[in-house]
Amino acid sequence: MHIVVVTKATPDTGAKITVENGVPTWKEAMVINPWDEYSVTEAVVLKEEHKAKVTIMAVGPAEHDDALKQGLAIGCDEAIRVWDEALVGHDSLQYARALAAAIKKLGDVTLVIFGKEFADSGSNQHIYQTARLLGFQVLGSVSKLISLDFGAGTIKVERSVEQGKQTVSSKLPAVLGVLKDITEPRYPSFIGIRKAAKAQIPVWGLSDLGIEAGTPKATILSYSEPPKREGEVEFIEGESPREIAEKLAEKLLEEKVL
Amino acid sequence: MDFALTEEHKMIRQMVRDFAMKEVYPTIKEWDRRQEMNPEILPRMAELGILGINIPVRYGGQGMDYISLALACEELERVDTTLRVIMSVHMGLNSMALFQWGTEEQKQRFLVPQARGEKYAAFCLTEPNAGSDVAALQATARREGDVYILNGEKMWISLATKAHHFLVIAKTDPHADPPHHGMTAFIVTSDMRGVKTGDIHGKLGVRAGSTGWVVMENVEVPLENRLGEEGEGFYIAMSALDNGRYTVAAGATGLIRACLEDSIKYCHERSTFGKPIAKHQLVQQKIAYMQQWYDAAFLLVMRAGWMKNAGLRNTRETSMAKWYATDMSVQAALEAVQIHGAYGFSDEYDVERYLRNSKGAVIYEGTSEIHQLMQAGYALGLREDRPLRCELPAYDPEYWQAEASEIAVGD
Repeated sequence: MHIVVVTKATPDTGAKITVENGVPTWKEAMVINPWDEYSVTEAVVLKEEHKAKVTIMAVGPAEHDDALKQGLAIGCDEAIRVWDEALVGHDSLQYARALAAAIKKLGDVTLVIFGKEFADSGSNQHIYQTARLLGFQVLGSVSKLISLDFGAGTIKVERSVEQGKQTVSSKLPAVLGVLKDITEPRYPSFIGIRKAAKAQIPVWGLSDLGIEAGTPKATILSYSEPPKREGEVEFIEGESPREIAEKLAEKLLEEKVL
Repeated sequence: MDFALTEEHKMIRQMVRDFAMKEVYPTIKEWDRRQEMNPEILPRMAELGILGINIPVRYGGQGMDYISLALACEELERVDTTLRVIMSVHMGLNSMALFQWGTEEQKQRFLVPQARGEKYAAFCLTEPNAGSDVAALQATARREGDVYILNGEKMWISLATKAHHFLVIAKTDPHADPPHHGMTAFIVTSDMRGVKTGDIHGKLGVRAGSTGWVVMENVEVPLENRLGEEGEGFYIAMSALDNGRYTVAAGATGLIRACLEDSIKYCHERSTFGKPIAKHQLVQQKIAYMQQWYDAAFLLVMRAGWMKNAGLRNTRETSMAKWYATDMSVQAALEAVQIHGAYGFSDEYDVERYLRNSKGAVIYEGTSEIHQLMQAGYALGLREDRPLRCELPAYDPEYWQAEASEIAVGD
């Protein structure tokens, strides 16, 4: 019973990001990808319920170590970072190849959990690509884990889809992409912080994984800042709250906000 | 010399910051207006281990050092003073005193549940007619066989209506000369017959906290609840204040930071005379002073914490940190309100709460004037600290973090 939860460090959602010479920059510290606060907690909850082992993984340079340590402090058993200079400028498929090779190297993983997406790039294709490369079932947009039976090799989840809530059962091994509803994020515990602070995180390179980096199919050429929004303020006045509300509703309909 | 925080310290700071910002900040104005304590705060701080942060694991705590306590207090008061007040009384004034002075049996009975957060703790020294003039306190403890009979009224007691355990200072010898030799410390529990408590409303600040009174009418306190020896109460109280004041200083540092951070944000948002107010030199001067106050307060607190970790007596250094940080937190809050202009005068922004909250800490746990007298006394050679029978133990990570069962026989 071995669970892998995947994370990365992203800029704080409150960070002020500017683009200089086509490169995004910010001063604030990196934080664990906000969606992963849910997936990491869910992995730790499952560890406690099923006496499973949880390994937290990231693909990337040393700046991702803090996110891995956060995972250890929340309760993951081990952390592994996958990185190789040959992966600089990687696309999502290269990322997924490296990650899938690392998961295969662990040998006994039956469940891989991702947060819904990476908050910085807004991308989630790596979830599906990793599942495909591993040959695992993939269940995206999971809002609730109904049952998990490592012995029988089955999992039942609830997915949030356009039509409503969808209940799905699947064979293990599986890859999950989880939403915020899955659980309440936990803070690191003090004992976890002590363990995480002392941890030396191993780095697996491509030679450790026995794969080549390959070449990216897609390349990011540059970034540019979105155009600045010009805001206008208009006070809606009236004799009574009802009149003000009616005027406001009319205005919102007129401007096609509603 | 090393000014760097450890990775452990940084993670603790972030954890406490996240808790305070996510779970307390969103509703603090509402609780402050209602003059009530959010009932979820104490159980949540207990659950997260914050209430036992620097108590050894064997006594139910989390085994962190004294610097960690300060960092937690700074983050808590960054959001609201009431959170830090909890740490001052539960941890600084009570739990650390039990750790320093308690017998093994007392630690097991009282400290373990307090560090686990199963019981909350408070400190009862101040009375309606005795604050800075500690020797004037009137509460009495009369020994009758194996019990003491306690009578008296304690006032301005934080967590008065929430705490299960009170560390009470009373006079066992009202005629002692000097008077402080007649004081003794007791652990009184809220379920003892004759203990009554209540909250005080209408305070200037710290309105989302519990501050109240404790009345004792012929309360029978068993002999085994006496902390330290008979006549040692004054020394126990003063050493407890060395720890309480440390948390107050650390918290006030957080309050200065709150004023600074909020002011910086507002400076960039608000424009006058065609430019952001951050571009006005007199506003910049206020920001510069706040930064100076924060840096100096933080360093004073860290020095006191370093001394605690090393097991060095730190009464003077802690007093200096408390005096400076709390005085400057009042100044920082005044300047923050000034920078916010008329908006700072309303509770639409947080700075008016910072100002109201800042004022209490220059009065409790030694007024600023008392600290000035202490500092002058040390400088002039009129005051010196004599060794205590029980000193606060130096931080030893191995001892702190080992489970009781891991300790070798004979330790």
